Amino acid sequence: MATEVLMPALSPTMEEGTLAKWLIKEGDTVSAGDIMAEIETDKATMEFEAVDEGIVGKILIPEGTEGVRVNTPIAVLVEDGETVSDAAPAAPAQALAPADKAQSSEDQPAAGMSHPEPVKAITRAEAPWPAGTKTKQTTVREALRDAMAEEMRRDEDVFLMGEEVGEYQGAYKISQGLLDEFGARRVMDTPITEHGFTGIAVGAAFGGLRPIVEFMTFNFAMQAIDQIINSAAKTLYMSGGQMGAPMVFRGPNGAAARVGAQHSQDYAAWYAHIPGLKVVMPYSASDAKGLLKTAIRDPNPVIFLENEILYGKTFEVPEIEDYTVPFGKARVWREGSDVTIVSFGIGMTYALDAAEKLAKDGIEAEVIDLRTLRPIDYDTVIASVQKTNRCITVEEGFPVGAIGNHLSAVIMERAFDYLDAPVLNLTGKDVPMPYAANLEKHALLTTAEVIEAAKKVCYR
Amino acid sequence: MAARKPSAKAASLPNVSAEELTTYYRDMLLIRRFEEKAGQLYGMGLIGGFCHLYIGQEAVVVGLEAAASEGDKRITSYRDHGHMLACGMDPNGVMAELTGREGGYSKGKGGSMHMFSKEKHFYGGHGIVGAQVPLGAGLAFADKYKGTDRVTFTYFGDGAANQGQVYETFNMAALWALPVIFVIENNQYAMGTAQKRSTSTPDLHTRGEAFGIPGEAVDGMDVLAVKAAGDKAVKHCRSGKGPYILEIKTYRYRGHSMSDPAKYRTREEVQKMREERDAIEHVREMLLQGGHATEDDLKAIDKEIKAIVNASADFARESPEPSLDELWTDIYAEEAV
Repeated sequence: MATEVLMPALSPTMEEGTLAKWLIKEGDTVSAGDIMAEIETDKATMEFEAVDEGIVGKILIPEGTEGVRVNTPIAVLVEDGETVSDAAPAAPAQALAPADKAQSSEDQPAAGMSHPEPVKAITRAEAPWPAGTKTKQTTVREALRDAMAEEMRRDEDVFLMGEEVGEYQGAYKISQGLLDEFGARRVMDTPITEHGFTGIAVGAAFGGLRPIVEFMTFNFAMQAIDQIINSAAKTLYMSGGQMGAPMVFRGPNGAAARVGAQHSQDYAAWYAHIPGLKVVMPYSASDAKGLLKTAIRDPNPVIFLENEILYGKTFEVPEIEDYTVPFGKARVWREGSDVTIVSFGIGMTYALDAAEKLAKDGIEAEVIDLRTLRPIDYDTVIASVQKTNRCITVEEGFPVGAIGNHLSAVIMERAFDYLDAPVLNLTGKDVPMPYAANLEKHALLTTAEVIEAAKKVCYR
Repeated sequence: MAARKPSAKAASLPNVSAEELTTYYRDMLLIRRFEEKAGQLYGMGLIGGFCHLYIGQEAVVVGLEAAASEGDKRITSYRDHGHMLACGMDPNGVMAELTGREGGYSKGKGGSMHMFSKEKHFYGGHGIVGAQVPLGAGLAFADKYKGTDRVTFTYFGDGAANQGQVYETFNMAALWALPVIFVIENNQYAMGTAQKRSTSTPDLHTRGEAFGIPGEAVDGMDVLAVKAAGDKAVKHCRSGKGPYILEIKTYRYRGHSMSDPAKYRTREEVQKMREERDAIEHVREMLLQGGHATEDDLKAIDKEIKAIVNASADFARESPEPSLDELWTDIYAEEAV
């Protein structure tokens, strides 16, 4: 039976090409792998190999022909004793490409374009545990350690790895005591090699373990960001749901104090950009504990952004056995009717400080701690904006592509008619972190800036 | 026509039975014919994007799979079709993934470079050069942590052998005695860059010396040599002695990907390898000359393989495109997978 040889697509973008040269002639015998022709694509001249074997019955497109469309028959192979006239006439190439099966994509509306519903919820500032629960004064540092210890007791597959997490007891003493309790098999000191050990941890998660990777700071995680994003975040999708990376990447994020540009960066917006990751950035000790426990149990890769300055800060932590905090649920720290201040992580210190001072000037701010940045609790923010009609966002990260920018867009989409003023985004300044104490202070946020912005949207 | 049946332990085939040799022939031929068909479907526009063919390197995965046992793991780069077929994944599912269809291993969401099979312990299919090396060591880490005696075959190319993360991984794999076999498939070209233009010392199997990892060079055009080296490496790893490096010297006949004109080497160089060193021809000659198979026996295998490959192509064309709902699934797991 005759076989048509079709003009091949030889690059992802090629639609047509030049049949530069035939290396065979009619009557030749070809077998799979023989080079039949040279074809010029949009990028290069390529050799074109035979896939089938047979005798060249007819060359349909002479060499030198330009603009030959992909899938056009260019030659006919016949079997021994057969002639071209025996063969079926060269039919035009069938449209085989998936794109031509038009009944799919374009006909249907894209998801997520429906009109947003107004949120009916009322925001309330309440402690996120039952009234009357006993609490204990705990630092963020202790809370994080307790969360890891509880989860390691609960699940043998959970282990901690990172630089100085074991014998040194943690560069910031977060893992204090864990080596003694769990041993070196489950509290693994690594060499200083973020890219490598992060990849090993992701592989261990593929293999069924539940790694907690501690980065001494998230600045060093940039060495490993390919493994975090390309390997950990995308594998579930790329595998059609067959395997993923249930694990936690945690460590201090953002500016500490006087450590310069390379050690002072907030990655909240970077990681929140990535589908497949969950992103947590706690402010209080109770949230640090409850969210870290949730993160360790989550079957997805979770970025857990801590802050060095907050490590030593003390908060009430409920004495509840197995206290967890769900993802995607903001906490309202302070109710108010004049302006909504949305923040997360260390940004909350400015937000709460500003709110207290604003109250003295007669402005009641509602302060929302997002707690998780992926998923984000949009409903709580929208409900608050529907009440206050004004919103400012507070974060330490750089201004371009900030979390606040994204919130502004969502508020505009879902609560445009409720706004009495433009949403203002307060961020770190658009400069690498300077070392000098006075410059550093201004590169970060100040409470004064938050107060000023709140007054501005209140037209005061 | 020779009527003599191949003997179970042919004297002229050291350490291998005629049945085993026939199996290698069949497995290598399946990869070659499958890849040729994939190239053809690419030319017809049915396969898009990047498509890296394994033609020429078949003996590497077939020889090493022969050394593997149930439960051993494997992970590789984007040139992954051969590895999947060799570990027993279904050609239909692989081809349908290449055409981006619902019946593909990743439901059409992964493509040529990203396929996985938990059942066959195949962990991908990774597109960033060298990134699969620490991932493979991590799989071995999980096995050691759980106390099993499984080993992980971690494949990468001569190009990836210059990535920094490979050496970070060598260090930790040796330090923690991880049961991982680092398989360097040295096909001599990192995309278009010949090894001598990219690599200061040509012997990649010695790259582990600084970490105390033993390694050896293997003729990758000889499936029996690959199998023998694989057996040795597996024994080393399984006995708890830590990682092992196999530098398998091989050759790819096609370009780096379908859109590579391969102008960085001569047509004669490729032709010479095909004519003189082809791994499949080598086994074919052994079978025929040893009287272990007749031309008719091999023709029957050819026919059988052709039928499997054609069926996979038919399946890959007929399988529907994924439903649009699939765009929004598998981003987050609800529970552990």
